Amino acid sequence: MSKAWVSPKHLREYGMLGMNCRNVDFINRYNERKLFPLVDNKLKTKLLAQEYDVPTPGLKFVVREQHEISHIERELAGLESFALKPAKGSGGKGILVVTGRQGEQFVRSSGALMSIPDIRRHMSNILAGLYSLGGSSDVAIIEDLIAFDDCFAGYSHEGVPDIRIIVFRGYPVMAMLRLATHASDGKANLHQGAVGVGLALDTGRCLKAAQYGRPIKLHPDTGRALSDIQISGWRDILLLAAQCYDMTGLGYIGTDIVLDKFAGPQLLELNARPGLSIQITNGRGLLPRLRHIEGLTRNRRFRTEQRVDYVMRQFAEDEPAPQSAAAE
Amino acid sequence: MNQKRTFHTILVMLAMSGILIAVLRHTATGTPFLPGQEKSVWLVEARVDFEATGGPVSASLSLPDVQLPGFELFEEQAASPGYGFAILTDNGNRRAEWTKREAQGEQSLYYSAQLVESDSDSSSSAEQPGGEEHPADWEEAQELAAREVLDRAREKSSSAQSMARELINLLNSPASQNTALLRAGNTDQAQLLMQLLDRADIATRSVMGLYLEDARRRQTLTPMVEIYTGEEWLLVNPQTGEVGVPPNLLLWHRGGVSVLDVTGGAESRVHFSMIRQTIPATQLAQVKNSDSMFARLGVQRLPIEEQSMFKLLLLLPLGAAVVVFMRVIIGFKTSGTFMPVLIALAFLQTSLVAGLISFVLIVAIGLALRSYLSRLNLLLVSRIATLIVMVIFLISAFSIIGYQLGYSTGMTITFFPMIIIAWTIERMSILWEEDGPSEVMKQGGGSLLVAVLAYLIMQWSILEHLTFNFPELNLVLLALILAMGQYTGYKLSELRRFRAMDEV
Repeated sequence: MSKAWVSPKHLREYGMLGMNCRNVDFINRYNERKLFPLVDNKLKTKLLAQEYDVPTPGLKFVVREQHEISHIERELAGLESFALKPAKGSGGKGILVVTGRQGEQFVRSSGALMSIPDIRRHMSNILAGLYSLGGSSDVAIIEDLIAFDDCFAGYSHEGVPDIRIIVFRGYPVMAMLRLATHASDGKANLHQGAVGVGLALDTGRCLKAAQYGRPIKLHPDTGRALSDIQISGWRDILLLAAQCYDMTGLGYIGTDIVLDKFAGPQLLELNARPGLSIQITNGRGLLPRLRHIEGLTRNRRFRTEQRVDYVMRQFAEDEPAPQSAAAE
Repeated sequence: MNQKRTFHTILVMLAMSGILIAVLRHTATGTPFLPGQEKSVWLVEARVDFEATGGPVSASLSLPDVQLPGFELFEEQAASPGYGFAILTDNGNRRAEWTKREAQGEQSLYYSAQLVESDSDSSSSAEQPGGEEHPADWEEAQELAAREVLDRAREKSSSAQSMARELINLLNSPASQNTALLRAGNTDQAQLLMQLLDRADIATRSVMGLYLEDARRRQTLTPMVEIYTGEEWLLVNPQTGEVGVPPNLLLWHRGGVSVLDVTGGAESRVHFSMIRQTIPATQLAQVKNSDSMFARLGVQRLPIEEQSMFKLLLLLPLGAAVVVFMRVIIGFKTSGTFMPVLIALAFLQTSLVAGLISFVLIVAIGLALRSYLSRLNLLLVSRIATLIVMVIFLISAFSIIGYQLGYSTGMTITFFPMIIIAWTIERMSILWEEDGPSEVMKQGGGSLLVAVLAYLIMQWSILEHLTFNFPELNLVLLALILAMGQYTGYKLSELRRFRAMDEV
């Protein structure tokens, strides 16, 4: 059996970022409070992204008032597939993904069927603020469904894989691919059971993978070897992530990016309090990289491309991931 | 960095000032740091009886000083129907004076005092040597006997103190002819001793003491003698020669003035009854210092009803600190940040086991009802409102059933914060639907655990006593909470969460 605990001394050696340290030293210091709504509200993020020409899934319409729900079937009539989201939802809560129709019914990504009244109830829950932080009233967003890239075929179960990149002061510092599993119910949230695959910052290939905080090698549902993963067009993805800093002005953010088969990388959402599990999937702590970026002073006026090139050089993985060789 | 130092200075100053004020309050008012401390209080009642002759009456009784060796006067009162009463100070002696225009027949006047045992040693030692004179009118033979006794005592002694002791020894030896002769004219040994010491040029004065013994009635004052050693006054028991104030002796009266003066009455006498009581030291401190600055700024000045509310309010910082600790240092997940504190407050009213059982029952039944509500397709606000109504019904039902079954604890259920419970049920039910029952157990269990912990700490009588009687100690808590707010180290839970790091 593996150890049940790790000593704080080891954690410090690995440079692991703890939650208290993240909150005090990074979120509180680099994220201005007044900028939070830009990322806490997906609608605002989306509008901002459109303003800055950052690609993002197309917005179909927004439901703001309760009375709009009564005739929602008219709005939904022309839509074969869509994603329904609360604008202020967190942790993937309240997101409804409809992949197709079956007569009057809507087919969810999990295969479950939903009727129009089900959708209405879900919408009125969203408006009443059930999924928003603090229960404040909310709006529902209906947006285009991502046609996800074939390169992930066999890697994701019932859901859209997305790429989480931590961007610190405009520099991407760590990345992982999040794959939905049967256990995570199609959601890409690690604490719900999704698989996290650490990605090398220079090439976008797999470093390590973890589920429920434990290292794994194969996708639990499809059985495919996770170490074969290699994201193509990696630099463009990093560029997209780095742009989000220029867009929001937030110093420490998590960017969630999806790869669309036709439109390429799309910004799905931003997170001003990105989780810490990304460190486990990368097998390394965030702190050394964050401190390194903090120490940069002369590069402050770097453009987006320069910043991306800098981290691809600076944080390149020297040796190939030990996973395939060392384990088993 | 500089900012950090300022912050730390502020923290230290907060904590220090809290402790400092508490210590000042402790020394100024005597409020004990530990609860349950009791002090013994002597309730002494002097009863003056006399036969009034029909004319104007005035009775004057000598009273003990406010500060006495070993005792402190803490309350006094007089009860005497129809009499005017005043406490006068005359030449440093306090006297109670009862007056009445006309009185006839048997009269009883009462004076009672509550005396607290104290460590103060404010004896008369620092006073001037001014003693009293005790002229003796002795016959020739007695003079001779006195001189002989004094000579023998002087031979065996070296100081005023030992002189007095030797004299008492001689007076107590029954076989001596001299002492028999001296006693013939004088039965009061204290008086005799003072007369003898006058001859030896040792200043003396008379003292009347009262031996305090629990539940005694009809006690009288015991004559004692104080002798001046050249530096200080020492109390000497003229019967035994014992030096010093015995711990149970109350010095009621000092000096040559009479203990009791009655004009307009005859057959006057005074006797004493006493009883020992124990009262909480906290209460004593409150009464004794009702005028001090600390008491004015204390919660105890408020009406009792508000006080009990403050008692709970002042406990809240403690609960809040527990929650901060559990979340920041340990890394517990709770549903709703401070919901556990409110639950813990409710536990304080219901007692732990009853509170836990009823809380779990209410939430469980609420969850079951909520699962039906989710099918009704209600708006969130009205769903929460429905839950609130249901929770209130549940709580009322519990109270009534509990009462009918004879458990009065059922009634205290009403202390649960109902709106919070309704929200808890709603959140848990959503959590159940989205993340499954295991997450509900995890967060619900975590909340309950934190609540129980907060409860255990808040009902700890020492802490309850400290927060209520020394509200300034909350500054220390505040400093602690602020310090935890700047803690950037790992949480205990992260040592487990990141355990995989050792394997890669």
